Amino acid sequence: MAQATADHGEHEATTTGLNHRKMLMWAFLGSDCMFFGSLIATYLVYKNRSLEGPLPIDVFSIPTTSVSTFVLLMSSMSMVLAYSALRRNRMKTFRVWLASTAIMGMTFLAFQVFEFRVFANHEVVVDCHAPIGELSIVELSVRNDKTVGCEATGHDEVEKQVGLTPKTNLFGSTFFTLTGFHGAHVTIGVIWLLTMFFLSFKKGMVTPERNLDLDLAALYWHFVDIVWIIIFTVVYLFGVFPGFA
Amino acid sequence: MTQETQALQHEESHPTPGTYFKVAMILSILTAIEVGVFYLEFVGWGIIPILVLLSGAKFILVCMYYMHLKFDDRIFSTMFVAGLVTAAGVTLALMTLFSFFG
Repeated sequence: MAQATADHGEHEATTTGLNHRKMLMWAFLGSDCMFFGSLIATYLVYKNRSLEGPLPIDVFSIPTTSVSTFVLLMSSMSMVLAYSALRRNRMKTFRVWLASTAIMGMTFLAFQVFEFRVFANHEVVVDCHAPIGELSIVELSVRNDKTVGCEATGHDEVEKQVGLTPKTNLFGSTFFTLTGFHGAHVTIGVIWLLTMFFLSFKKGMVTPERNLDLDLAALYWHFVDIVWIIIFTVVYLFGVFPGFA
Repeated sequence: MTQETQALQHEESHPTPGTYFKVAMILSILTAIEVGVFYLEFVGWGIIPILVLLSGAKFILVCMYYMHLKFDDRIFSTMFVAGLVTAAGVTLALMTLFSFFG
Protein backbone atom coordinates (compact mmCIF):
# COMPACT_ATOMS: atom_id res chain seq x y z
CA MET A 1 0.00 0.00 0.00
CA ALA A 2 2.74 2.39 1.03
CA GLN A 3 4.70 1.53 -2.10
CA ALA A 4 1.65 2.03 -4.27
CA THR A 5 0.89 5.48 -2.83
CA ALA A 6 4.53 6.53 -3.05
CA ASP A 7 4.64 5.57 -6.72
CA HIS A 8 1.77 7.93 -7.40
CA GLY A 9 3.35 10.82 -5.54
CA GLU A 10 0.82 10.72 -2.73
CA HIS A 11 1.46 9.98 0.91
CA GLU A 12 -0.16 7.70 3.40
CA ALA A 13 -2.77 9.17 5.76
CA THR A 14 -1.25 11.06 8.69
CA THR A 15 -2.86 12.71 11.71
CA THR A 16 -1.78 16.17 10.49
CA GLY A 17 -2.62 15.51 6.86
CA LEU A 18 0.96 16.50 6.04
CA ASN A 19 3.70 14.37 4.60
CA HIS A 20 5.93 12.79 7.23
CA ARG A 21 9.09 13.18 5.14
CA LYS A 22 8.52 16.88 4.67
CA MET A 23 7.70 17.28 8.35
CA LEU A 24 10.92 15.45 9.22
CA MET A 25 12.93 17.72 6.92
CA TRP A 26 11.54 20.84 8.60
CA ALA A 27 12.26 19.34 12.03
CA PHE A 28 15.84 18.70 10.87
CA LEU A 29 16.19 22.25 9.52
CA GLY A 30 14.87 23.65 12.81
CA SER A 31 17.49 21.61 14.70
CA ASP A 32 20.19 22.66 12.23
CA CYS A 33 19.29 26.29 13.02
CA MET A 34 20.27 25.56 16.61
CA PHE A 35 23.47 23.88 15.45
CA PHE A 36 24.58 26.88 13.40
CA GLY A 37 23.22 29.24 16.05
CA SER A 38 25.59 27.74 18.60
CA LEU A 39 28.54 28.01 16.19
CA ILE A 40 27.74 31.66 15.38
CA ALA A 41 27.27 32.39 19.10
CA THR A 42 30.68 30.86 19.85
CA TYR A 43 32.28 32.94 17.09
CA LEU A 44 30.71 36.16 18.42
CA VAL A 45 31.55 35.40 22.05
CA TYR A 46 35.25 34.88 21.25
CA LYS A 47 35.42 37.80 18.82
CA ASN A 48 38.16 40.29 19.74
CA ARG A 49 39.60 37.88 22.32
CA SER A 50 42.49 36.62 20.21
CA LEU A 51 45.83 37.46 21.78
CA GLU A 52 47.66 37.46 18.46
CA GLY A 53 46.83 37.93 14.77
CA PRO A 54 45.87 37.58 12.04
CA LEU A 55 42.45 39.04 12.75
CA PRO A 56 39.43 39.38 10.40
CA ILE A 57 40.54 42.84 9.24
CA ASP A 58 43.95 41.40 8.21
CA VAL A 59 42.67 38.53 6.06
CA PHE A 60 39.10 39.06 4.84
CA SER A 61 38.53 40.16 1.24
CA ILE A 62 34.96 41.47 0.99
CA PRO A 63 34.90 41.69 -2.85
CA THR A 64 35.90 38.01 -3.17
CA THR A 65 33.38 36.81 -0.60
CA SER A 66 30.66 39.02 -2.14
CA VAL A 67 31.10 37.16 -5.43
CA SER A 68 30.84 33.74 -3.76
CA THR A 69 27.77 34.95 -1.84
CA PHE A 70 26.17 36.07 -5.09
CA VAL A 71 26.92 32.66 -6.66
CA LEU A 72 25.22 30.85 -3.77
CA LEU A 73 22.19 33.17 -3.96
CA MET A 74 21.84 32.49 -7.69
CA SER A 75 22.11 28.75 -7.03
CA SER A 76 18.97 29.07 -4.91
CA MET A 77 17.18 30.63 -7.87
CA SER A 78 18.28 27.84 -10.22
CA MET A 79 17.18 25.28 -7.61
CA VAL A 80 13.59 26.59 -7.51
CA LEU A 81 13.56 26.82 -11.31
CA ALA A 82 14.62 23.14 -11.45
CA TYR A 83 11.80 22.28 -9.04
CA SER A 84 9.31 24.31 -11.08
CA ALA A 85 10.43 22.63 -14.33
CA LEU A 86 10.09 19.15 -12.81
CA ARG A 87 6.54 19.88 -11.65
CA ARG A 88 5.70 20.98 -15.21
CA ASN A 89 7.28 17.78 -16.59
CA ARG A 90 9.97 19.67 -18.52
CA MET A 91 12.74 17.19 -17.89
CA LYS A 92 15.43 18.80 -20.07
CA THR A 93 14.94 22.20 -18.44
CA PHE A 94 14.88 20.53 -15.06
CA ARG A 95 18.24 18.85 -15.71
CA VAL A 96 19.82 22.09 -16.96
CA TRP A 97 18.77 24.03 -13.84
CA LEU A 98 19.68 21.19 -11.49
CA ALA A 99 23.15 20.84 -13.06
CA SER A 100 23.55 24.65 -12.87
CA THR A 101 22.73 24.54 -9.16
CA ALA A 102 25.30 21.82 -8.53
CA ILE A 103 27.94 23.70 -10.56
CA MET A 104 27.28 26.91 -8.64
CA GLY A 105 27.53 24.95 -5.39
CA MET A 106 30.91 23.60 -6.51
CA THR A 107 31.98 27.13 -7.51
CA PHE A 108 31.11 28.34 -4.02
CA LEU A 109 33.18 25.50 -2.54
CA ALA A 110 36.08 26.39 -4.84
CA PHE A 111 35.93 29.98 -3.55
CA GLN A 112 35.99 28.65 0.00
CA VAL A 113 39.02 26.43 -0.64
CA PHE A 114 40.78 29.38 -2.34
CA GLU A 115 39.96 31.63 0.62
CA PHE A 116 41.20 29.08 3.17
CA ARG A 117 44.47 28.69 1.23
CA VAL A 118 44.99 32.46 1.07
CA PHE A 119 44.34 32.73 4.81
CA ALA A 120 46.76 29.89 5.58
CA ASN A 121 49.50 31.56 3.49
CA HIS A 122 48.78 35.11 4.66
CA GLU A 123 51.88 37.30 4.46
CA VAL A 124 52.35 40.51 6.45
CA VAL A 125 54.53 43.35 5.14
CA VAL A 126 55.45 46.09 7.64
CA ASP A 127 56.91 49.52 6.96
CA CYS A 128 59.48 49.95 9.76
CA HIS A 129 59.02 53.75 9.71
CA ALA A 130 55.25 53.64 10.17
CA PRO A 131 53.94 54.98 13.51
CA ILE A 132 53.43 52.14 16.00
CA GLY A 133 49.91 53.34 16.79
CA GLU A 134 48.83 52.69 13.20
CA LEU A 135 49.98 49.05 13.19
CA SER A 136 47.64 46.14 13.81
CA ILE A 137 48.42 43.45 16.38
CA VAL A 138 49.89 41.12 13.78
CA GLU A 139 51.92 43.91 12.12
CA LEU A 140 53.31 44.91 15.51
CA SER A 141 54.35 41.32 16.25
CA VAL A 142 56.14 41.09 12.88
CA ARG A 143 57.81 44.49 13.46
CA ASN A 144 59.14 43.33 16.83
CA ASP A 145 60.02 39.79 15.73
CA LYS A 146 63.42 38.76 17.06
CA THR A 147 64.53 37.09 13.83
CA VAL A 148 62.84 38.91 10.92
CA GLY A 149 61.71 42.14 12.66
CA CYS A 150 62.84 45.71 11.98
CA GLU A 151 65.49 45.86 14.71
CA ALA A 152 66.82 42.37 13.97
CA THR A 153 67.27 42.97 10.23
CA GLY A 154 67.77 46.75 10.09
CA HIS A 155 65.63 46.89 6.92
CA ASP A 156 63.13 49.64 6.04
CA GLU A 157 60.49 47.04 5.34
CA VAL A 158 60.08 43.54 6.74
CA GLU A 159 57.76 40.69 5.87
CA LYS A 160 56.71 37.43 7.44
CA GLN A 161 54.26 34.68 6.64
CA VAL A 162 51.64 34.71 9.39
CA GLY A 163 49.06 32.21 8.23
CA LEU A 164 45.63 31.79 9.75
CA THR A 165 44.77 28.19 10.63
CA PRO A 166 42.39 26.70 13.22
CA LYS A 167 45.37 26.49 15.61
CA THR A 168 46.54 30.11 15.23
CA ASN A 169 44.15 31.89 17.58
CA LEU A 170 40.57 31.98 18.85
CA PHE A 171 39.43 33.75 15.69
CA GLY A 172 40.96 31.01 13.52
CA SER A 173 39.40 28.21 15.60
CA THR A 174 35.88 29.65 15.63
CA PHE A 175 35.99 30.93 12.03
CA PHE A 176 37.17 27.66 10.48
CA THR A 177 34.75 25.60 12.59
CA LEU A 178 31.78 27.73 11.52
CA THR A 179 32.62 28.12 7.83
CA GLY A 180 34.02 24.58 7.63
CA PHE A 181 30.74 23.08 8.86
CA HIS A 182 28.85 25.28 6.41
CA GLY A 183 31.15 24.09 3.62
CA ALA A 184 30.47 20.49 4.68
CA HIS A 185 26.73 21.17 4.40
CA VAL A 186 27.23 22.60 0.90
CA THR A 187 29.31 19.53 -0.08
CA ILE A 188 26.52 17.19 1.08
CA GLY A 189 24.04 19.33 -0.87
CA VAL A 190 26.12 19.12 -4.05
CA ILE A 191 26.37 15.31 -3.72
CA TRP A 192 22.60 15.14 -3.17
CA LEU A 193 21.89 17.29 -6.25
CA LEU A 194 24.29 15.35 -8.47
CA THR A 195 22.71 12.08 -7.31
CA MET A 196 19.27 13.38 -8.29
CA PHE A 197 20.67 14.60 -11.61
CA PHE A 198 22.04 11.17 -12.54
CA LEU A 199 18.96 9.38 -11.19
CA SER A 200 16.79 11.53 -13.48
CA PHE A 201 18.17 9.57 -16.45
CA LYS A 202 16.85 6.34 -14.94
CA LYS A 203 13.23 5.79 -15.85
CA GLY A 204 10.73 6.40 -13.07
CA MET A 205 13.28 7.61 -10.49
CA VAL A 206 12.74 11.38 -10.80
CA THR A 207 9.28 12.22 -12.09
CA PRO A 208 6.78 15.10 -11.68
CA GLU A 209 4.64 12.82 -9.50
CA ARG A 210 7.59 12.23 -7.18
CA ASN A 211 8.58 15.90 -6.95
CA LEU A 212 8.71 15.68 -3.16
CA ASP A 213 12.16 14.04 -3.45
CA LEU A 214 13.46 17.17 -5.16
CA ASP A 215 11.45 19.44 -2.86
CA LEU A 216 13.32 18.02 0.15
CA ALA A 217 16.70 18.49 -1.53
CA ALA A 218 15.67 22.06 -2.44
CA LEU A 219 14.67 22.84 1.16
CA TYR A 220 18.08 21.67 2.34
CA TRP A 221 19.83 23.72 -0.35
CA HIS A 222 17.92 26.92 0.48
CA PHE A 223 18.67 26.40 4.15
CA VAL A 224 22.39 26.28 3.37
CA ASP A 225 21.89 29.54 1.47
CA ILE A 226 20.12 31.37 4.32
CA VAL A 227 22.78 30.25 6.78
CA TRP A 228 25.38 31.83 4.50
CA ILE A 229 23.34 35.07 4.35
CA ILE A 230 23.78 35.30 8.14
CA ILE A 231 27.46 34.25 8.10
CA PHE A 232 28.30 36.79 5.37
CA THR A 233 26.80 39.64 7.38
CA VAL A 234 27.81 38.65 10.91
CA VAL A 235 31.25 37.19 10.25
CA TYR A 236 32.54 38.99 7.15
CA LEU A 237 30.89 42.44 7.02
CA PHE A 238 30.78 43.00 10.79
CA GLY A 239 34.23 41.35 11.01
CA VAL A 240 36.03 44.06 9.08
CA PHE A 241 33.87 46.97 10.27
CA PRO A 242 36.34 49.25 12.12
CA GLY A 243 34.04 49.61 15.14
CA PHE A 244 33.91 45.84 15.58
CA ALA A 245 37.39 44.82 14.51
CA MET B 1 -12.67 21.10 2.39
CA THR B 2 -10.84 17.79 2.06
CA GLN B 3 -7.13 17.36 2.67
CA GLU B 4 -6.64 16.51 -1.00
CA THR B 5 -8.26 19.81 -2.05
CA GLN B 6 -6.12 21.74 0.42
CA ALA B 7 -2.98 20.01 -0.85
CA LEU B 8 -3.99 20.80 -4.44
CA GLN B 9 -4.51 24.47 -3.57
CA HIS B 10 -1.03 24.56 -2.01
CA GLU B 11 0.43 23.14 -5.20
CA GLU B 12 -1.47 25.58 -7.42
CA SER B 13 -0.43 28.58 -5.35
CA HIS B 14 3.31 27.96 -5.85
CA PRO B 15 4.98 30.95 -7.55
CA THR B 16 5.75 31.02 -11.27
CA PRO B 17 9.34 31.01 -12.64
CA GLY B 18 8.89 34.76 -13.27
CA THR B 19 8.30 35.35 -9.55
CA TYR B 20 11.35 33.26 -8.67
CA PHE B 21 13.43 35.38 -11.05
CA LYS B 22 12.10 38.64 -9.56
CA VAL B 23 12.96 37.41 -6.05
CA ALA B 24 16.48 36.55 -7.26
CA MET B 25 16.86 40.09 -8.65
CA ILE B 26 15.72 41.59 -5.33
CA LEU B 27 18.18 39.33 -3.47
CA SER B 28 21.01 40.45 -5.77
CA ILE B 29 20.14 44.12 -5.31
CA LEU B 30 19.97 43.73 -1.53
CA THR B 31 23.40 42.05 -1.53
CA ALA B 32 24.82 44.84 -3.69
CA ILE B 33 23.39 47.45 -1.28
CA GLU B 34 24.90 45.53 1.66
CA VAL B 35 28.36 45.59 0.12
CA GLY B 36 27.93 49.21 -1.07
CA VAL B 37 26.83 50.49 2.34
CA PHE B 38 29.84 48.75 3.84
CA TYR B 39 32.18 51.09 1.91
CA LEU B 40 30.34 54.30 2.93
CA GLU B 41 32.45 55.58 5.80
CA PHE B 42 30.00 58.30 6.90
CA VAL B 43 27.39 55.67 7.87
CA GLY B 44 29.47 54.79 10.95
CA TRP B 45 27.72 52.63 13.54
CA GLY B 46 24.48 53.03 11.59
CA ILE B 47 25.79 50.23 9.39
CA ILE B 48 24.79 47.62 11.97
CA PRO B 49 20.99 48.11 11.86
CA ILE B 50 21.18 48.59 8.08
CA LEU B 51 23.04 45.30 7.53
CA VAL B 52 20.80 43.45 10.00
CA LEU B 53 17.70 44.72 8.16
CA LEU B 54 19.08 43.89 4.71
CA SER B 55 20.23 40.38 5.61
CA GLY B 56 16.95 39.82 7.51
CA ALA B 57 15.02 40.80 4.38
CA LYS B 58 17.08 38.37 2.27
CA PHE B 59 16.55 35.61 4.83
CA ILE B 60 12.76 36.15 4.88
CA LEU B 61 12.50 36.34 1.08
CA VAL B 62 14.30 32.99 0.62
CA CYS B 63 12.21 31.33 3.36
CA MET B 64 8.88 32.65 2.07
CA TYR B 65 9.30 32.25 -1.69
CA TYR B 66 12.06 29.70 -2.33
CA MET B 67 11.29 27.46 0.65
CA HIS B 68 7.54 28.03 0.03
CA LEU B 69 6.76 28.80 3.67
CA LYS B 70 4.34 31.48 2.48
CA PHE B 71 2.33 28.87 0.61
CA ASP B 72 2.81 25.73 2.72
CA ASP B 73 1.11 24.64 5.93
CA ARG B 74 1.85 26.81 8.97
CA ILE B 75 3.09 23.81 10.94
CA PHE B 76 6.27 23.88 8.84
CA SER B 77 6.80 27.57 9.60
CA THR B 78 6.23 26.92 13.30
CA MET B 79 8.79 24.10 13.38
CA PHE B 80 11.38 26.20 11.61
CA VAL B 81 10.76 29.41 13.57
CA ALA B 82 10.90 27.45 16.85
CA GLY B 83 14.46 26.35 16.00
CA LEU B 84 15.35 29.82 14.81
CA VAL B 85 14.06 31.55 17.95
CA THR B 86 15.89 29.04 20.16
CA ALA B 87 19.12 29.64 18.22
CA ALA B 88 18.74 33.43 18.47
CA GLY B 89 17.95 33.13 22.19
CA VAL B 90 21.04 31.00 22.83
CA THR B 91 23.21 33.47 20.89
CA LEU B 92 21.90 36.50 22.79
CA ALA B 93 22.12 34.74 26.16
CA LEU B 94 25.71 33.64 25.54
CA MET B 95 26.77 37.09 24.37
CA THR B 96 25.15 38.73 27.38
CA LEU B 97 26.74 36.23 29.78
CA PHE B 98 30.20 36.64 28.30
CA SER B 99 29.99 40.44 28.13
CA PHE B 100 29.26 40.57 31.89
CA PHE B 101 31.22 37.60 33.23
CA GLY B 102 33.66 36.71 30.42
